Order: sequence, then C-alpha cells, then structure tokens
Amino acid sequence: MVSRRNFLIGGAAVPFLSYLELAETAFAATPKDILVVAQQLDNMTSLDPHEGFEAVGGEMMSNMYQKLVRANSDNPNEVDPVIAASWAADAENKVFTFKLADATFASGAPVTADDAAFSLQRAIRMNKSPAFIINQFGFTAENVESRIVATDAKTLTLTTETPTAISFLLFCLSANVAAIVEKKTVLANEADGDLGNAWLQKNSAGSGSFKLQAWKASESITLMLNEHGPYKGNLKRVVIRHVVDPSSQMLMLQKGDVDVARDLTSEQLKALQSDENVVLVRKQIASLMLISLNQNNANLAKPQVWEAVKWALDYDGMQKNIVPLTHAVHQSMEPAGFPGTVTDTPFKKDVAKAKALMVEAGLADGFDITMDHYSAQPYPDLAQAIQANLGEIGIRVKLQSAENRQVLTKMRARGHEMALSAWGTDYFDPNSNAEVFCINKDNSDDAKKKPFAWRSSFKSDDFTAKAEAARDEKDPAKRLELYEALQREFMQNSPFAVMFQNTKTAACRKNVSGFQLGVLSEGNSYLETNKA
Amino acid sequence: MITTFTNWALDESPSSRRQAAWGNRYRTWLKLRTNPLGMIGLSIIAVFVAIAIFAPLLATHDPATQDLANRLARPSAVHWFGTDELGRDIYSRIVYGGRVTLGMVIAVVVLVAPIGLAIGCIAGYFGGIVDTILMRLTDIFLAFPRLVLALAFVAALTPGIESAVLAIALTAWPPYARLARAETMTVRGSDFIAAYRLTGGSAWRIIFRHIAPLCIPSLVVRVTLDMSSIIITAASLGFLGMGAQPPSPEWGAMIATAKRFIFDQWWVATIPGIAIFLVSLAFNFIGDALRDVLDPKES
Amino acid sequence: MNKRFKSLAATLSSVLLTLLGLTILTFLIGRVMPVDPVIAAVGDNAPEDVIMRARAEMGLDQPLPVQFLHYLGQLLHGDLGVSVLTKNPVAQDIARFFPATFELATAALILAVVIGVPLGVWAAVRQGSVTDQAIRVVCLAGHSVPVFMLSLISLLVFYSALDIAPGPGRQDIIYDGMIDSVTGILTIDTLISGDFGAFRDALAHMAQPVIILAYFSMAYIARMTRAFMIDALKGEYIITARAKGLSLTTVIWGHAFPTVAVQLVTVLALTYAGLLEGAVVTETVFSWPGLGQYLTLSLMNADMNPVVGSTLLIGVIYVGLNLFADILYQMLDPRVRS
Repeated sequence: MVSRRNFLIGGAAVPFLSYLELAETAFAATPKDILVVAQQLDNMTSLDPHEGFEAVGGEMMSNMYQKLVRANSDNPNEVDPVIAASWAADAENKVFTFKLADATFASGAPVTADDAAFSLQRAIRMNKSPAFIINQFGFTAENVESRIVATDAKTLTLTTETPTAISFLLFCLSANVAAIVEKKTVLANEADGDLGNAWLQKNSAGSGSFKLQAWKASESITLMLNEHGPYKGNLKRVVIRHVVDPSSQMLMLQKGDVDVARDLTSEQLKALQSDENVVLVRKQIASLMLISLNQNNANLAKPQVWEAVKWALDYDGMQKNIVPLTHAVHQSMEPAGFPGTVTDTPFKKDVAKAKALMVEAGLADGFDITMDHYSAQPYPDLAQAIQANLGEIGIRVKLQSAENRQVLTKMRARGHEMALSAWGTDYFDPNSNAEVFCINKDNSDDAKKKPFAWRSSFKSDDFTAKAEAARDEKDPAKRLELYEALQREFMQNSPFAVMFQNTKTAACRKNVSGFQLGVLSEGNSYLETNKA
Repeated sequence: MITTFTNWALDESPSSRRQAAWGNRYRTWLKLRTNPLGMIGLSIIAVFVAIAIFAPLLATHDPATQDLANRLARPSAVHWFGTDELGRDIYSRIVYGGRVTLGMVIAVVVLVAPIGLAIGCIAGYFGGIVDTILMRLTDIFLAFPRLVLALAFVAALTPGIESAVLAIALTAWPPYARLARAETMTVRGSDFIAAYRLTGGSAWRIIFRHIAPLCIPSLVVRVTLDMSSIIITAASLGFLGMGAQPPSPEWGAMIATAKRFIFDQWWVATIPGIAIFLVSLAFNFIGDALRDVLDPKES
Repeated sequence: MNKRFKSLAATLSSVLLTLLGLTILTFLIGRVMPVDPVIAAVGDNAPEDVIMRARAEMGLDQPLPVQFLHYLGQLLHGDLGVSVLTKNPVAQDIARFFPATFELATAALILAVVIGVPLGVWAAVRQGSVTDQAIRVVCLAGHSVPVFMLSLISLLVFYSALDIAPGPGRQDIIYDGMIDSVTGILTIDTLISGDFGAFRDALAHMAQPVIILAYFSMAYIARMTRAFMIDALKGEYIITARAKGLSLTTVIWGHAFPTVAVQLVTVLALTYAGLLEGAVVTETVFSWPGLGQYLTLSLMNADMNPVVGSTLLIGVIYVGLNLFADILYQMLDPRVRS
C-alpha cells in the first residue's frame, strides 16, 4: 500500500530524476536548423528601419531588409549592388538614376521602384532619428514626392539639392534608414497617419534573408527564414536570446546551449582562444572610446591641460592589461576601417612632459575634477586606471559611475566636467565623425544643433571650416587628404583624448560558419551563416 | 572592582532607578552569555570592529595602488589574498573595506532609528489625525518595493556611499516607526505618564524624555536583526553599481567588479563574499540571541 | 451590520489612499531620475530636433501636476500607458512578465514553508539542544548570504561544473514558442497542453532560482515558527493534553500547531511580499524575464509608465496580503477579536 507519506516523497523526487536522466538528452545541443545567439538586447528602441537608430536593432534590421547598395566589407572604398543593379549620375551630379535588380519581398511580391520610392519618402516624412542621413541631400517632406520618383517599375530617380559626389550618396544609401520596405503591407497597417510606424516597430515587411517572427522585449528576438530572400544556407530560424551577463553567455556557449555568444569580455575571450570547440570571429568596428573635457570648466579650457591629459595616459598599459582583446590603441577621431583614417598614435605616457605642460598652464599644484563614466565593464576598470595616471600629474579625479543613458543625459545637458564615453559612427563616411567633432556653429545653450563637440562646449571656427571644406570637396583623393590633415590637427589641438577603438568578437561554436561582423552594425550578417 | 559592580547590579532590592536599570541590563548580558551562537556572533563582530579600527596597522599594502602587470594574481606570500583586476592587494582592500561597511551600517542606524522613533512616538502619542497621516505615510513607504526605492533614490542623488546610506535609511525606517508606535500606544495610558501630564509636562517633553527611551530596547533588537539586511542591501546596491564608487574597497562593489572572473580567478569575488557572509551571520546570531533573551515573541 | 459596513468602507478608503500615495511617490521619482526618458524612445544618437519633437509628443514639456493629472485620468480608465522601451501597452507587458515572477515567488514560498515550518517545529520541540542550534545556524546562514552571490555560485557549481542543472532562461530553445500561454505560468501551461517534456524542462529551469529564494526566506519562517511553537507549547491546555496521555505528535500537530498556523499567516504574507521584490536580483542572474527585470530596466531608462504600473501592482498585492492576513487573523483567532 502506498502511504500518503511515501507518495509525497516519491512525488518530490520526480524533478530530481529529470536532471539525472535527461543530462544527456534534453539539455543537449541546439537543434540543427536553428541558430541560437546569446546577446545583450536591452538597447533596442524600434525595428522600424526608418526609425531605429542604435547598434543592436540596426543589426536585426539589416538582416530583414535590403537597401539599394551595400558597403563592401573587404574594400571600404566600394559599394556593392543589392536592390540597385546599376546607377548613373547626370552631368551636373544632381540627378541620379538607379536601375533595380530582381528581388522579392517575404510576402512573395516583387520589389518595385514604387516600393523603393515609397521607402525613401517614408523615411523623410517620418523624420525620425536617422532621417538626417538622407535629408542632408536637401529632401524635405514637401519636396520628397517630386525629388524621389519611380519613373517605371524598375527605375528610380533621385534629385539632390546641390551637386553631390555619387560615392557619398551611395554610402548614405547603404544605411538602414534607406531600407526598402513593402509599400502595400506597411500602408495596410497604418494607424492615425503614422505611415505604419507602430506596426513596423514590431513586425517586418522586407526582402532580406529573414523576417521577424517575434520581438519579446528584453527576452528574445526570433527571425524566420524568408524563402524568397537572398539566404541560401541551411538555417530555418535564428533565435537571439537576451542574456545580460557575459559570464552566463560564456557558460551557455561552452555547454552548447547557444551557438554564438556576442558580448564576451577580454578575459573570457583569452580563455576561449585555446578552446578548439570555439571559433572567434573578430572585427574592428567604428566605435571610439575617448575622454571629453568640458570647456565650460576654467581648468579644462586651457590647451596645455588638453595636451597634459593626452601625455599622462598609459595607453599601452591599459590596452595590454585591461582590454587586450576588445580594444586597440587609436588616437584619431576617425575610426580605422574608414577611407582616409589616420592611424598615427603620437601620444604615449610621458609624465615629465605632462607635468611640464601643467606648469605651463599655471596649474603646478594640480586641480580637482570629476569624471563621469559608464558603469558597464570595462569602463570602471579603465576609469580607475585613468584616475591613477592623472593623479601622477596632479589632476585629482573623483569618479562618477552611472548607467549609459544617465551619462548621456548628463553630457547632453553639459553637466559633466570630464567624461569617459564612447562614440559610434552613424554612417559609412568620414564626414559622419568629422561633423560631430568639428562642426559647431552655435555654442549657446539652446542651439538648434547639438553635436558631440557642443556637449563639451567646444567651438572652433577653424575646425568647422576645414571639416565643411572636406565634406564638400569633389575630388575623392583630395577629399581624403583634407580629412587626414584635419585628423592630425585635431589630435594635437582639441579637448578630446581619443584612446581606443573597439573590436567586436562573436564567439561561435565550431560547427557554425559564415557569420560576418561589419565595421558598422549594419554589416553584421547571417547571410552566409550555416550550421554543420 | 568587578565583583563590587556585580553585587551592586544584582541586588534584589535596588535603591534607585539607575541601579534597577543597570541590574536589568546586566541580567540581560548574563542571559546572553549562555547563548553560544550569540557569543560567537559577538566575538566575530568584535574582531571585525577591531580590524576596521586598526586597518592602517593591519594592511600590508596601500589598497589603492594599482599594478596593471600583476592583475588577478593568485594568493601568495606577498599578496595574502591575491590581487584584483587592477593589481591591487585584495587583503588590504578587505581590511579597509571593513571600515566602509562599518561606517555605512553605523550611518544608516544613526539615521533610521531617530526617524522611526520620532515618527512612531508622535503618531502613537497624539493619535487621531496625526496618527492617521503618519501611518498612511509609513504604509506607503512599506508597500513600496525596497530595492526599487533605494535604486531610484541613489540614481536621483548620484551614486556613491552617501546616497546609498540615505537611500537605505529612507527605505528602512517604516518598521521602526510601526514598532515605536505600538510601544507608545501601550504605554501612553499608564499612570506615570498621566502623572507627568498632571505635573505640567509638555507633550514633546513627555514623548522624548519619557516615552521614547522605553521604546529603545525593542528597537535595539530590531536594529541588530536589520544590520545583516542593511549590509546585504548595501552590498546589493554595490553589486548593481549604485553604491560605493571605485576605487573605494566596499565589499559589495568588489564582488560586482569581480563576478566576471568567477570561473578562473574565483577568489577575487569569493573572498569579499565570505567577508559579507561572516559579518551578516554574526549580526544575525546576535540579533537572534537578543530576541530570545529580551522578547521571544517579537514579530 | 452597519458597524461592519463602516469598518469595511474605512479599510477600503485607507487602501485607496495608500495606493494614491504610491502613485504620487513613484511619479515624483520618475521626474527626479537623472535620465532623460526621451532617449529610450529615440535612441542614443538622435539629433536635437528629433529629441525636441519626441519630448513634446510624450507630453514631457508640460508642468508636472498636469502630467500627473493626465496620468491619473488614464489610470482611472484602466489605461496604464505605453512602455517606451517595449512599445507595448504596460498592461500587456505586465501580463507577460508578472506570471514569471509569480511562479518563482509562489514556488519559493511553498518550498520555504514545506521545509521551514517543520524545521521550526522541530527546533521548538528540541529547544536548547544541539539540533536547535544546528537548525538555527543553517537558517541564519541562508539569510546572511547575498542572493546574487548564492545565484552565481549555484550556476558555477550546478550548471558549469556538475552539469546537473540547465542554464539561464525559463526553458530550452526547443520548447520556445511551442506552448500556448494560458496563464503565463509555464509549469501550469505545460501541464494544460499535456507536454510533459516541456513541463519537466520548465521545472528544471525553475529549480535553482526557486531553491535559492526559498533558502533565503526559510530562515525567517523557521525562526518565527519556532518562537510561536515554543510559546504555544507552554500553554496550560497542552500540559492537560499530555497529562491525558496524548502522544507528542498529536499534541504538536493537533493542538499547538493550529494556533501557530494562524500567527504564521501574517509572517507568510510579509515573506511573500519580500519574495516578489527579492526576485529582482535573481532574475538578472538567471535571465528570468520577470517583473523585477522589467521594473529595474524601465527605472534605469526613466521609462516611468512601467515603473508606476509595476509598483502599483506590487503595492496592491502587498496591501492585499496584509488585509487578507488581518481578516484571517480576526476570523480564526477568537482572542484577537476586539
């Protein structure tokens, strides 16, 4: 007879049994045709390609949508055709004609020039965060219908305001904001004249490799294969799981619970380098780590202090010891991997020189200052190392750690003194960074435009003029020369101490091949990914 | 000398109030002494306080000196507990960290007890609308998720030890108010209070000179029990990046920065964890023993 | 009858006032947070004009009292607003996240009671002995370790080293999207759909966080049970029962325990409220998509609609539990009726 007591004891043992017997089966590797990725997903705002403007969302969007062209991952000076098969400029470089290739949306409908025109018009009409990338060519909600036209089913014409270098235009059209969406589907889901925005934030209507099955915020994103799309591999689904902790990501990768881990730290990567079950896919991306000195602080406004700071930092020591696999020393305001980037690193730790500069500035006794920094690693470690370095030359730094968005809010309000933060380039052209670092025409508190330089109250008419000249230069070779000169001057004569450039690593299990990382998150692609 | 004191305190018929009070305290101490867990707890805390006070003498290195080439070193003769992610000596950081933790705990108690006492006594004594309003306020703070409230306060006040202390204090006072109020209500109808009123004592005088002191024993018990949760909340805030800022050697913050090495260099995170555990446990033992001795049915 | 009605009305109004106070407090916190809520809507790199427009659209340029009244009005219509981070209505998000936390907290409470209460009784019966001390040490130890520490070590030992527990998350990938969400509580939903493999998987994923949370609360429950039990065992009617020759087991469980049970109810109510918010840290380590994660993430981005909504929910539960405990106490214990 089974007494009540025995029954209860037996019942309690059932979950335990499941551990022991299922150790070989249910906790085994992930299914063959599903790619499971562990990634931090907490920074996403929207999956509407004409609205979303941050790295993680950008990566998802570039796997769900196609643009007219795509930046060539191997050769940064070229673009490859995607939706646009060929293109031509008129004599004045103001009218650009695109002939479209054959492509199909996930719904089965063909991609037409009408969809392309609608998409670009939509981006400008909605006028969200990334819209400036294309409306800098003079498009507005009023003129967009006449300037972006589908002249027939396979031909698209763009007319810019002023003569434009076609390479610049093409690079801007390779950004996610120029993604081609399916006009019929988007308009069918329009509400309150929002051009389908609310619906497209959580759904997809594109021609890319995958379509969006579900986005559960802070939990997971599930992408389903688009049978009509360009993907030719053996995956049917890609599931991206939100795992905040890099240690957890590592554990899951090693156990085979995920196929790819995206946010591992230097220490973890070091350990994985010798692991034969894991392949590391690495790419230096367009993200720079720098210290900003707010010019509204009297001490920080002295040019000798700018230089003193740059000569006090132990770049190599920090890079080798704290961030060996995730960052490289880089001191120019343009990221490596972009055309025209200068990779000189003139600054090295020289305490004597830095101290002499402090004396020259009349600050032989040093001064007290605060430095804000992100609370996510490796920022706290680097901040403490910086604190020690600056302490040696008399700058006594008090550290303030805060969430990313908190630091951002503070910098936007010009509330920081020194700040250690990162800047990710917006689109694939040297103007993207040059503009935010150099072009500041209005330094008042309620300026219309508030570029990165403005946040630290830095206004230099000289740099502004040089950056604008470089942007507008027609001759491609001369343009690059102008940017190179600008970078060298900026290094020596600005209140921004650029220290590192970020290298992203995707740790893949060895049976996963073909995952690509791009210099911008838009280049992170599953297009060629397969699972053996 | 000790025997004289003992005899005086344990006198069966005390001749003054002071003697009776000290007698009670001494008897409590005697009872506490028989509780082995309580004594263990007390000794641990005594050691902890001694370490905190004599930190400069006990530390082997400067807790802030970085040695980037010697990061994450294993425990050795030079670095007894190894080094952390910036090459700093862990043993010295633990020793100095004791000061931070002790300081935070004392600061919180110093803030919380008077606030809770004041609000509770005032509410309990005056009753009526004052009571209703104050208790409503207490309820609101009690119903609010504590960690969230602390997080919000710290974020609003800029992260740091001062803000963390303030935040913890602001979330910890409601139970003390409730306690003080309950005690006050029991006592306020008694004869000696009535006597004070008759002799013309003002309400405030009565509350602060006569009623409040009576609430203190149960508050003390509660505080000792809460110490452990204060330490853990402080460590949790440090773990979430909201507490003491680097390079302060606060134990919770040390765990936070070291948790990413837990697989290979496990000692960097585990040793501060053990420190927190020991001190919390000690406070829990003492509080438990005190509760046994003073008021076994306390809830 | 009239008196009953009056007291009910008084309680109800007090509850509503508390909730109103909670709403005001949370609202104030939101506006005091040093994070610009607009960033969560438009992204870190948004240009200035987009920010200004978004701020106007979100109604953030209105004076604070106006914003509050607007929110209150919506609330009274049952509209908790929309989350800027998830783009979903807050009510929908809470319906998705709350069951996960509920599952953890409830399971943890059940486990803590199942283990803690007998332990407390045992310690009371063996008061002063080595067993008593040992039980105390074990329970107090559970209350002295930070939960995040236990969680990390548990993952390290049971998931990484020993390989007997599954990793972070609520279920394995193969079950993702396979189970119809009826209640949102995975263990129940999997049973409803008859998928026992998924049921075992959900249970396995739940084991670590539940055990850790249970251990943490067990100390308090065991302690209070012990204290109440010691008191109950001193009662005269117990002595009478023993004198009448009843066995110790009957006396403990049949006579002393019912009294204790009544008193324990308040303890349990408080513990449950603590578990709900204590799940926050556990959810982070185990990637458990629950209310704690939702609340913290929204707070860090100053996305206040979710914060106010979640806080109100937790507040309602807390106040409700207290009320329930009070009523139960009054009903069951004749000594308390005044």
